[in-house]
Amino acid sequence: MKITSKIYTALIFAFLFAPILVLLVFSFNEAKSLSVFSGFSLKWYKELFQDENTLEAVKNTLILACSATVISTVMGTAAAMGMHKLKNRFYKMAVDTVTNIPMINPDIITGISMMLVFVFVGRMFGAATSLNFWTMLIAHVTFCLPYVIFQVLPKLQQMDKSLTEAAMDLGCTPFRAFIKVTMPEILPGIITGAIMAFTLSLDDFVISYFTTGNDFQTLPIRIYGMTKKTVTPDMYALATIIFFVTLALLLLNNFVESGDDKRLAELKKQKKQKRSEQ
Amino acid sequence: MNKIIELKNISKSFDGELILDDLSLNIYDNEFITLLGPSGCGKTTMLRMIGGFEHPDCGDILFMGERINDVPPHKRNVNTVFQKYALFPHLNVFENVAFPLREKKVPKKEIREKVEKMLSLVMLSNFADRSVTSLSGGQQQRVAIARALINSPKVLLLDEPLGALDLKLRKDMQQELKKIQKSTGITFVFVTHDQEEALSMSDTIVVMSEGKIQQIGIPTDIYNEPKNAFVADFIGESNIIDGTMLENYKVSFSGHIFECLDAGFAVGEQVDVVVRPEDVDIVPVEQSMLQGVVTAVTFMGVHNELIVDIGGFKWMIQTTDSANVDDRIGISLDPDAIHIMKKSKYSGMYGDYSSYSNELDELSEPGGEE
Amino acid sequence: MKTAVKTKNKSGMSLALAPYSVWSVLFILVPLIFVAYYAFTDNNFAFTTENITRFFTEVTKIKGDDGTVTEVHKYLVIFMRSLKLAVISTVVCLVMGYPIAYIMARSKPRTQKMLVTLIMIPMWMNFLIRTYAWMTILQDKGILNGLLSAIGLGTIDIIGTETAVIIGMVYDYFPYMILPIYSILAKMDDKLIEAAKDLGCNKFSVLKRVIFPLSLPGVISGITMVLIPSISTFYISQKLGNGKILLIGDAIESQYINNNLHFAAAIAFILMVILLVCMALVKYLTARLVYGGE
Repeated sequence: MKITSKIYTALIFAFLFAPILVLLVFSFNEAKSLSVFSGFSLKWYKELFQDENTLEAVKNTLILACSATVISTVMGTAAAMGMHKLKNRFYKMAVDTVTNIPMINPDIITGISMMLVFVFVGRMFGAATSLNFWTMLIAHVTFCLPYVIFQVLPKLQQMDKSLTEAAMDLGCTPFRAFIKVTMPEILPGIITGAIMAFTLSLDDFVISYFTTGNDFQTLPIRIYGMTKKTVTPDMYALATIIFFVTLALLLLNNFVESGDDKRLAELKKQKKQKRSEQ
Repeated sequence: MNKIIELKNISKSFDGELILDDLSLNIYDNEFITLLGPSGCGKTTMLRMIGGFEHPDCGDILFMGERINDVPPHKRNVNTVFQKYALFPHLNVFENVAFPLREKKVPKKEIREKVEKMLSLVMLSNFADRSVTSLSGGQQQRVAIARALINSPKVLLLDEPLGALDLKLRKDMQQELKKIQKSTGITFVFVTHDQEEALSMSDTIVVMSEGKIQQIGIPTDIYNEPKNAFVADFIGESNIIDGTMLENYKVSFSGHIFECLDAGFAVGEQVDVVVRPEDVDIVPVEQSMLQGVVTAVTFMGVHNELIVDIGGFKWMIQTTDSANVDDRIGISLDPDAIHIMKKSKYSGMYGDYSSYSNELDELSEPGGEE
Repeated sequence: MKTAVKTKNKSGMSLALAPYSVWSVLFILVPLIFVAYYAFTDNNFAFTTENITRFFTEVTKIKGDDGTVTEVHKYLVIFMRSLKLAVISTVVCLVMGYPIAYIMARSKPRTQKMLVTLIMIPMWMNFLIRTYAWMTILQDKGILNGLLSAIGLGTIDIIGTETAVIIGMVYDYFPYMILPIYSILAKMDDKLIEAAKDLGCNKFSVLKRVIFPLSLPGVISGITMVLIPSISTFYISQKLGNGKILLIGDAIESQYINNNLHFAAAIAFILMVILLVCMALVKYLTARLVYGGE
């Protein structure tokens, strides 16, 4: 890289990380001030872990994210398999377009539109409040699905289609061929899709905001509530923790994506060496 | 010889395009049979039908006398070596070869024995633990063969298996495949568009074009006695000239009357005359049967390739003599250099070298199949 | 019997697609129809165009700095402001982001991987928190003003201005601009650039005539991915605009809060239609730009 490029890159990354750094630093601030650092302390972390509402929200978020991930990954993988085999051009285009809608539509419209349906159906059955955990789960599964599908589909398309034929040729039933050959080939796509679904669900605020009821609060909604009032640095502590969790997830994702056979092969080699040394 | 596979009146079309047109073929035990033809002629479709990956629109496929139209691939005693090998990238060499045995739940000890034996047959004994992606093209090819053979199928289907290898490796593999076929006694059905490969390896060659079989025969017959202009042109180089049969053993073309070895045509019948470029003798003009002007000379190593204009028709002649462009030369043809064919729908489409150039020939070389 | 295998396969495959097909109809298509349905009905679900006309005609009085009162179309003003801020943010993102995407794509594979991960870290952090961090930086007694006064430059009132909102949008959506452009540039065949040079292009004309046109699909998806969330956001304007810079998202949200679902749906409907038209236009124009020559 040339020197100008280096400087420019440094500036951009300074811009990207300055606010995060601010959060990190001030989460350890002794005082309540958001602009003067007066000493190192963990008291905001302590306070955070004593806040039952926040802990409840964390639990809710995880339950929701895990359920949404499992459902969207299973349904999305099946859908990708079906879409891959679709021959009818019109039907293919239709499915493709519909799948793109939640990704292109602004979150606020996705959120509002689902809320309208939930409220309408709720009213039909005479329910006072129709928004709850289940409506939120439906919403989360819906916006996660396209990401899973578009991670798995290319893996299916890249896969040499004679691989499954070879498996059948060598004695596998179509189902066994799927388990023994197709699955291992598309697994990286499924895992990446699942991780994306999980992080998207963890992170979502806008769609959750419109589809949640009063009795089920996720972390982003809790944060929204907290930032409506004057904020204390326990928010920063929370942000710092979230930062490290997402960082870990991101690294995990990278590891899976570039789960190059190289690295795995190297690991295996090391293991083997160890074994032979013993 | 026993019939092992019979194809009876098979037709197949994709998206309204007829790929196989009422085609019948018998494949016998222990033979090396090659389906040869340009890309799109239906040879791969036929192979895939035997493998169970395509189903005929009409007609029957018989395996040792039994109809197998609806038998799925995994229940057929036939295995395939795929065009790009289709090795499972998540399994190593050993596991790829062991794959069919594990599927059949063969005991572990037996698997080890069988796989090791098979790997030594394809000379890959030291590669058992290697990842298949780390192998060279030739080695991957051997793994694919070993994997397809381990179930001891009755028939091995090979779909242009040497297409991805370079020339030298290809020659070696041709020898080796032939050797494996002889030693195992398994029927090989080999698909290729490379006529040299077909000629050098096969017991039987099936020349196909446009979903139809043009000719079936042993390699020398296919080369020496092509049935029509398509076969004559596709197998080797040939000059195909319009001629008239005067009587048995006498044909007239290019304004001269030649003796030949063919009989059984009507007197005055219009025919296609095939003359292979290497069968043309260059002689002094005064002793010659035909005369012409050299329009191009290409040095090919063992011989020179001349394009000679004889009465407006451009001949290709391969000779060890040297000649220069614009030389006037004479040629002479022995009776056995001349082969007479009935007129067919391919007449007039091939065998004239007036627009001939090396590059063009390479460009039109069929690449992949279908 | 002949086709038995085939049809079995087919139905097996559509069986795999069936749950998703039902799901996407129920929770993607039906909700969109409901937006239109609510937009064109009143509280008793009788047909009306009132909600739509209200968006275009409702007026409000605003007081200028000199005390004069002017009447403006409330929602049209809000919409135009949203559009303006979103377009500015998108342009800023593009201008700042293209060079960095280019630098990334031209660097060594290892560096590339590291830079991509670095770009993605802020992206995967909750945008509420990111936005909030900017609020603490930009607010009147925040870190920026602390720094400025420490070096003797005095303080600035930036929070509650359009500039603050733009900073927030640019920051929040910046990675969405960089990554698509980067992924196209990284995949570009070096031979194309060499060929262009071989055919007499200098460095700048290689960029202008080969690299940029080829990266246009990435640019387009970058623009889409920044423009759409910027135009529809409501949290950024609440926090960094101090509630003074109302955007279209705020309008929808406040109608939702007040349980005025039909009007909220109407605004959402209009936004959706306008975005759809914009996207189609962008697609059409780029198709002409890329393949149509000059």
